[in-house]
Amino acid sequence: MTATATTAVGFDPRALRARFPILARRVHGRPLVYLDNAATTQKPTAVLDALTSYYTTSNANVHRGVHTLAEEATALYEQCRTRVARFVNAPDPRGVVIVRNATEAINLVARSWGATLGDGDEVLLSEMEHHSNLVPWIMLARERHVTLRHLPLTADGRLDLAALPSLLSRRTRVVALTAMSNVLGTINPIAEIAAAAHRAGAVMVVDGAQSVPHMPVDFTALGADFLAFSAHKTYGPTGVGFLVAKPELLERMEPVAGGGEMIREVRLDWASWNEIPHRFEAGTPNIGDAAAFPPALDLLEELGMAAVRAHERELVGYALERLRALGWLQLHGPMDADSRGGLVSFVDPEIHPHDLAQVLDTYGIAVRAGHHCAQPLMRRLDVAATARASLAIYNDRDDVDALVEGLVAARTYFGLA
Amino acid sequence: MVERPDVALDDLYREVVMDHHRRPRGRAPLPRVDATAHGFNPVCGDEVVLSLALDGDRVAGVRVDGRGCAICTASGSIMAEMIPGHTAAEAEATAAAFRAVMHGEPAPAGVELGDLEALEGVQKFAVRVKCAMLPWVTLVDALAAWREGRTDATATTEAEEATR
Ligand SMILES: Cc1ncc(COP(=O)(O)O)c(C=O)c1O
Repeated sequence: MTATATTAVGFDPRALRARFPILARRVHGRPLVYLDNAATTQKPTAVLDALTSYYTTSNANVHRGVHTLAEEATALYEQCRTRVARFVNAPDPRGVVIVRNATEAINLVARSWGATLGDGDEVLLSEMEHHSNLVPWIMLARERHVTLRHLPLTADGRLDLAALPSLLSRRTRVVALTAMSNVLGTINPIAEIAAAAHRAGAVMVVDGAQSVPHMPVDFTALGADFLAFSAHKTYGPTGVGFLVAKPELLERMEPVAGGGEMIREVRLDWASWNEIPHRFEAGTPNIGDAAAFPPALDLLEELGMAAVRAHERELVGYALERLRALGWLQLHGPMDADSRGGLVSFVDPEIHPHDLAQVLDTYGIAVRAGHHCAQPLMRRLDVAATARASLAIYNDRDDVDALVEGLVAARTYFGLA
Repeated sequence: MVERPDVALDDLYREVVMDHHRRPRGRAPLPRVDATAHGFNPVCGDEVVLSLALDGDRVAGVRVDGRGCAICTASGSIMAEMIPGHTAAEAEATAAAFRAVMHGEPAPAGVELGDLEALEGVQKFAVRVKCAMLPWVTLVDALAAWREGRTDATATTEAEEATR
């Protein structure tokens, strides 16, 4: 079963595991079944080696020295920027700001682009956003009397595009949406919405935290103005994320943090800003982790993002089918695999997600339980929490089967079977 | 590799805990409500809505509502069974003693923990301690509000951690 499924998509997930050392570990005496990839993915040996290699051979500060190590460190750091630009087909590496994570990237847009907004301007979000794409805008709204609007959801967990014309107006200055929901799995039609946003004169901010690691994402073809994502959800290290932007927009933006690296000239009471993107990177950046990210992108390019998506599409379809067949679970989000990324949120009406995740853990199965940083969405779904299984390149049908067995075992444990 | 205590699920979900989880006490509406508090665990989204009836400074009735996991539900149910008849100060002392136990400290002498002892195993599951504490931090807040002459309060398990 596994073999036919994997040859269809061009790579063998089981074989890939050898490249992720952590996947060999056991948890409570059982092989680890890691299904919490939407929270963070595991890291391949190539990334771990690059991290060690950076600190053992090239460690120095960037953009500050003429000595060999400083040049190497700068080259490695800048190579990360170039590789990211290529990976998402951004027009220019100068549009790639290296930050800590997707959250910081969105905050940067909300603070800096947001500073051009004023009374009566509107920001359009949706009911399915992660707190990372809600709270920065709430902060902006409090500061600048900007009005927040939200695209509602359909019953099956898609953006209700019928509401778009009435929500988008000349007052809309920013449309900020997730490309893939971290709870519902819904893949949103960003290109279509970006076109409508531009017709209304708004910029399009895309939260790519879940989409960039799991499907082909073309910044230019999407018509995005800003795209945020995190290395740590993309098989890379923690502590590095990216704001990919149209350079001409960055040119018009003020920095939000001041200090070293981001300046051109400083006098005692005056300073001018460095070129983009450095203007937005005050202080010594996370050089080591940035240097270690390109090997993760190499791996994804080796597999091909279309093949990655095909694999996860096939696997999420299988997961939906098996979970639905259990008969007792509430499944959230669209039920067809074409509209959903590789994750499934579910609720056993009789076992709280915490208790479910606890029982699964004893079987070595890692799933997330909670509100997934999407409290407004939880309220909309009328649940306090859900359990979520999220897939990656190294998962296969055996992992889904283990999850299903674990869910049955939980029912037995709680005296429900 | 991280050292983990050898944990068994049965340590967490003891029979008494499961019984309270399956048939939670203190769910019925009270004839009279003198203090309420809304407790929230921002980590997981769990909620406890607590109502108290008081005769003087003695707890006459407890109602626990909301949505929580088995540990949170059992802890609230045990509370609803335990504290009616206690004075506000006694109820607070029980909350403090339970908190000590949850954080691996000895319970102060003279406080009867009763069925709460069945939740002792929770301390081995660090992230679940907040689940067990949620009804109790909510109780403490409800009583504090009642003392100040307010009828409602909002508690979070984060505050519980912060005050340690
Ligand atoms: C859709 C979405 N947006 C944003 C984020 C925030 O990512 P990070 O915590 O890496 O900044 C996440 C991750 O949890 C996410 O799933």
